[in-house]
Amino acid sequence: MAVPILKQGNTLIASIQSALTDTDLLVLRDVLLEQVGRYRSIGVIVDVTALDVMDSFSTRTLRDIAHMTRLRGAETVIVGIQPDVAFAMAQFGLTLEGICTRLDLEEGLSYLSDRRGPGSGG
Amino acid sequence: MESATHVRVESEVDIVLARQHGRAMAQELGFTTGNATIIATAISELARNIVQYAKHGEVLVGRIENGSRKGLVVMVRDQGPGISDVERAMQDGFSTSGRLGLGLPGVRRLMDEFDIHSEQGRGTTVTVTKWKV
Repeated sequence: MAVPILKQGNTLIASIQSALTDTDLLVLRDVLLEQVGRYRSIGVIVDVTALDVMDSFSTRTLRDIAHMTRLRGAETVIVGIQPDVAFAMAQFGLTLEGICTRLDLEEGLSYLSDRRGPGSGG
Repeated sequence: MESATHVRVESEVDIVLARQHGRAMAQELGFTTGNATIIATAISELARNIVQYAKHGEVLVGRIENGSRKGLVVMVRDQGPGISDVERAMQDGFSTSGRLGLGLPGVRRLMDEFDIHSEQGRGTTVTVTKWKV
């Protein structure tokens, strides 16, 4: 199942709509990495609200997305980790250390626009 | 294990099906959504080991009772290559594939009971239990 990616200004927004297979996640990683270059994006938001589970594979892949896009000059923000998912991740011992997380899409967008500073366009 | 249902695991789509099945069973048994997510996470992790290392196997989910305690038991088994050093596989950060660990220490932290039996060349069976609080 493909994850729709929306382009808003110089930010890419990937909204996960349902549970994803491992391959779906890897495709999302590759597509985001490619689109950061194509659209010269400086911010990426991955909305995981609809993700049913964050296990070691999905956590690892999100971490990879954040690191790879950062190397291409874009900052990734992971938004929408649900309380139950956060609880399970903590129990499991999975972390997203060094990666920006925000409560939801709104907070993620406001974080990215604050970073760009006033008058920088959006 | 009473009234166990099983999901065959042969591809990564089955990983998603198995964890969704486990979550549904957990909710049916009255687990909180938090614990249902924990159970689904554990199943996801164990089912992935099947796909990555054994190619095919199965996940059995059933209810369990011990006196007044009720719980859910998950058995994940395959006839794959087995784990050569189970003790090492239970340590954080260990992986034979060189990429990701087997996730076994994390699964043990998620669940209340954890049992693993593995024989080289014959396969692996992991049985985990979560009790309702």
